[in-house]
Amino acid sequence: MSEAKLQVDNLSIQFINDGRTTDAVRNVSFSLGREKLAIVGESGSGKSTVGRSLLRLHPASARISADTLRFGDLNLLDADEKTLRSIRGRRISMIMQDPKYSLNPVMTVGAQITEAYLAHHRVSQREARKQTLEMLEKVHIRDPERVYSLYPHEVSGGMGQRIMIAMMLIPNPEIIIADEPTSALDVSVQQQVLSVLDELVTQRNLGLIFISHDLNLVRNFCDRVLVMYAGRVVESIRAADLDQAQHPYTRGLLAALPSLTQRRERLPVLQRDPSWLTD
Amino acid sequence: MAMIEIQSLNLSFGLDGSRVQVLKDVNFQVREGESFGLVGESGSGKTTVLRCLAGQYSHWEGELRINGERLGRTLDRDRCRRVQMVFQDPYGSLHPRHTVETALGEPLHIHGIGQHRERIGAILSKVGLNDSFRYRYPHQLSGGQRQRVAIARALILEPRILLLDEPTSALDVSVQAEILNLLADLRQREGLTYLMVTHDLGVVAHLCSRVAVMQHGKVLETLDTNDLVRGEASDPYTRMLISCSQHKSRDRDCA
Repeated sequence: MSEAKLQVDNLSIQFINDGRTTDAVRNVSFSLGREKLAIVGESGSGKSTVGRSLLRLHPASARISADTLRFGDLNLLDADEKTLRSIRGRRISMIMQDPKYSLNPVMTVGAQITEAYLAHHRVSQREARKQTLEMLEKVHIRDPERVYSLYPHEVSGGMGQRIMIAMMLIPNPEIIIADEPTSALDVSVQQQVLSVLDELVTQRNLGLIFISHDLNLVRNFCDRVLVMYAGRVVESIRAADLDQAQHPYTRGLLAALPSLTQRRERLPVLQRDPSWLTD
Repeated sequence: MAMIEIQSLNLSFGLDGSRVQVLKDVNFQVREGESFGLVGESGSGKTTVLRCLAGQYSHWEGELRINGERLGRTLDRDRCRRVQMVFQDPYGSLHPRHTVETALGEPLHIHGIGQHRERIGAILSKVGLNDSFRYRYPHQLSGGQRQRVAIARALILEPRILLLDEPTSALDVSVQAEILNLLADLRQREGLTYLMVTHDLGVVAHLCSRVAVMQHGKVLETLDTNDLVRGEASDPYTRMLISCSQHKSRDRDCA
């Protein structure tokens, strides 16, 4: 954690629609080293917005301000489009939620991964194809030659997500932002995808931002957790210490989970406190 | 007395060479007033069982009985009044250009039931919404509120059985807790029978008293939730599911 790959101080994001301003993210600060950082929260808490703002993937109606938004020695805040294009995918890449919607349905998966590689590396088609097949093997796809020529609708959800991971890792980025990468998948397949992701992140020494709403999953998979509520970070805690969380929101979320081992008549419903918005 | 009885249910799609059998000899019974869970991975056929009961497929083979009566292959009004379904995704299951009132009034209209205003008001308060929601469109509701409307729509014909297809998987944990509490209350108050499909064993343990585990179109085993919680499942696949949902860890014992 000595060297931070990414430093964010007081990040705020507003959306302006019809003259009305919505504060989506307020004063979020964190730093990311070679670690697995989770951002958790309910829908609408701004967790995905934070992830997207790092790559400036927002529509023009978004206004981003921050004291620092630094990636390596680069200031992301005043980077121009050209610089950003050289970062997106190449140095910071993003894994989306649902492979069914984020893969191109009319291109074979192999061609899509090759395209990602060729966009950032000047090599021959042949070399790119070779790299793609190697990458497919690294995400534990058994028969890469066969899978290369399949279309997204011909692969299962778990395999689709591993293909996404392959596509995002092939340009060899330094940071990966994974936005709910397993929530569209079955429990049994989730583990498979997570272990592939874990293996590659550890092997290549990457920084991972893991956006999720699943506290149980995050608890075991990540090193550190940021809990967001209504656009702010209400708590930052080591994943292993999640049981000793201080903030009532984090504790409420944990208590609301139905569990196999502790069965209760009624699930405690989260009582929201208006002071969480201002503290 | 069994409220839902499923005997050697078989279903296949496609013809001759490309024929795929998706349900293979499915058998189970759900008692009156019971909450029964169906778990398994996607593609295991759990939703397909619900769809057969709901009348969305008509070419199944075998025997389906509701309250002792044999079900025909076609839907009739009588069946709709006894069995209703709540779908997984409240963002997709409500008509985007119908208000809550129109959505709830339609079943009443089809079945020729009067007193729309009073019935809609009563059902809204039953699911924890008030009258101010009556003229709202789905996009003006949160996910949890939408699912409440979807539950209200299923309940407005006063069915005895609710088929629940992953009713909380599209919702946040905090909202999931509210909907699960609501479902538990409604079952107790109205004496409903639930057949719930889910892949979350925590949800099953919370709401259901018995569970059937499905894989590749077959029921592997049917067991009491208490046994499930105590880890007394006999089938290796069930054990794998349990260990996955307990650990959700990076060790790869369930990969």
